[in-house]
Amino acid sequence: MSSVAIPAPGRRRIRWSRVVVYSLILAFLLFFLLPVYLLLITSFKSFDQVSLSRMWDLPTSFSLESFNRAWNGGEGVIGMRGSFWNSVQMVVPATVISCILGSLNGYVLSKWRFPGSETLFTLILFGMFIPYQSILVPLVEVLREIRLYATIPGLVLVHVVYGIPITTLIFRNYYATVPNELVEAAKIDGADFFGIYRSVMLPLSAPGFVVVAIWQFTSIWNEFLFGLIITNDPQLRPVTVALQNLSGSQFTQWNVQMAGALLVALPPLLVYIFLGKYFLRGLLAGSLKG
Amino acid sequence: MASIKFDHVWKRFGDFAALKDFTLDVADQEFLVLVGPSGCGKTTALRCLAGLEEVTSGTIMIGDRVVNDIPPKDRDIAMVFQSYALYPHMSVYDNMAFGLKLRKIPKAEIDRRVKEAAEMLQIGHLLDRKPKALSGGQRQRVALGRAIVRHPSVFLMDEPLSNLDAKLRVQTRAEISKLHQRLKTTFIYVTHDQTEAMTMGTRIAVMRDGVLQQLDTPQNLYDHPANMFVAGFIGSPSMNFFEATLVRGDGQVLVDFGPFQLPVPPSRIDAIADHIGMPIFFGIRPEDIHDAHYVPRGVDESARLMTTVNVVEPLGSEVYAYVENGGKEMVARLDPRTKARTGEVLEIIIDMSKMHIFDRDTERALI
Repeated sequence: MSSVAIPAPGRRRIRWSRVVVYSLILAFLLFFLLPVYLLLITSFKSFDQVSLSRMWDLPTSFSLESFNRAWNGGEGVIGMRGSFWNSVQMVVPATVISCILGSLNGYVLSKWRFPGSETLFTLILFGMFIPYQSILVPLVEVLREIRLYATIPGLVLVHVVYGIPITTLIFRNYYATVPNELVEAAKIDGADFFGIYRSVMLPLSAPGFVVVAIWQFTSIWNEFLFGLIITNDPQLRPVTVALQNLSGSQFTQWNVQMAGALLVALPPLLVYIFLGKYFLRGLLAGSLKG
Repeated sequence: MASIKFDHVWKRFGDFAALKDFTLDVADQEFLVLVGPSGCGKTTALRCLAGLEEVTSGTIMIGDRVVNDIPPKDRDIAMVFQSYALYPHMSVYDNMAFGLKLRKIPKAEIDRRVKEAAEMLQIGHLLDRKPKALSGGQRQRVALGRAIVRHPSVFLMDEPLSNLDAKLRVQTRAEISKLHQRLKTTFIYVTHDQTEAMTMGTRIAVMRDGVLQQLDTPQNLYDHPANMFVAGFIGSPSMNFFEATLVRGDGQVLVDFGPFQLPVPPSRIDAIADHIGMPIFFGIRPEDIHDAHYVPRGVDESARLMTTVNVVEPLGSEVYAYVENGGKEMVARLDPRTKARTGEVLEIIIDMSKMHIFDRDTERALI
């Protein structure tokens, strides 16, 4: 054994560039957390504690009353409980269907290239750049025509269709990292188009599905404009529209409003907390493949 | 078991022709090696045979069936890929059983075949593992196993050894040869490595730029290359080539290199008689150049040459020497006892009975 000289721990020199970088990061962190702070403290206040002058103060007593009010309603506000359920009914099928469609599209566009498939892919991507507002009138007309206007399935359909470009893009890029030889080996082994999808591609797709599911879940959950336009019946509103309606026409109960906002943000937040690491892993799956 | 026939096959990718009028007959149970530099079309030929690429024109037959429009799964072939292409989510067992399950073969029969192949390849203890838990050599065996269990009439192999280290490659090379003897099936094997081709093939098809150059047994390719490309491709180190002229003098025929001349053995004169007085390419293999002090018995010693030694590479069993006379450099494979030293003079004997003469324009072999 040879002895290795370990340098004696001397006084470490302060690196000023580090200090500056960390101070900046800290400053930005505080700046970005300010609204969250406001959201939290206001939601725990009672109505008479809420005022512009004492906006930054901590609540004198913790009260969950505003959460109760936002959820169940009462005293001039319509609770969000029903619309929360509407949102679930909209988000779950829309996410599942757009995952499956995106995965199939990605499979075809990456592994079964045909003349014009690149052009088709470009056209599909083009759908991402169409602003929602520009298609609202024809959209409502079409939905009326096929009798899905003002229904939750109608909302599901719109979100699925609008999700096709992004889900196709993510899956196509993900499947591009799956070697073509796997598909060819399966062809020789005797699998057909759907056989290869089911036995080879699908089992390898978990990271792609996680990314697309998180993406679609959060963006559909948070979506407001379609929810507002397509559901004219208050009974069918998704939760984002209901949140907007928490603020009454005369005055806004800010504590209830903030509690409602927290409740609405909860599902996407939980998804990120529990699946966030898979999200990153999935996005990096291609680049880190060894 | 089946014969294979490529009949005037063309394969184009846009403007690029990967296979040009490719015609090839492979007999049943043959081990045919397709060899050539990268981009020569050997892999394309294999992929066309597998049905992974459609041919542009011409026909491909497996047995007595034209397979042009038959999908890969119905061609009765199995393929081993360069990257092995094992299904990463399946165990070794499932990787091997996948093709059989799709063909609705009874479970007991699948089990029997997988176990049999696993035993043959000595991977029986790995059946529950996933591919990522295997070494390169083990993955390679699983890929072979996946092909074996199918009992195909043709095995296709696309550079299956190129991802293995040198030692394992030599070992696996011999095992694949044994496998061929044992299975008595047609093998089509693609490689860019001429050593692999020479050691494994019953016949070798040498390709270049999508054109079949020569199809023959390893020994015949070595002894009688059809043109300069084949002559240079087969053999290591490569054959030495010189621009030269055939001339008459002193009642014999000489190869005139400029700085020196070497006599053509009387027995070879007839074959090149048409080209006397014309420029040619002269070729001689390194193993047919000897140190004048250590000439093997039976070699005619009349073609002697004084040379300067530029580089000496001792390999133990033999010595490669780069020697030169009048600017003409050649590599010689010498007896290990040679006294050749860098910078010193060495007298060499060139075994002219082993010379190769090529037409200067067409590069075709005259002898």
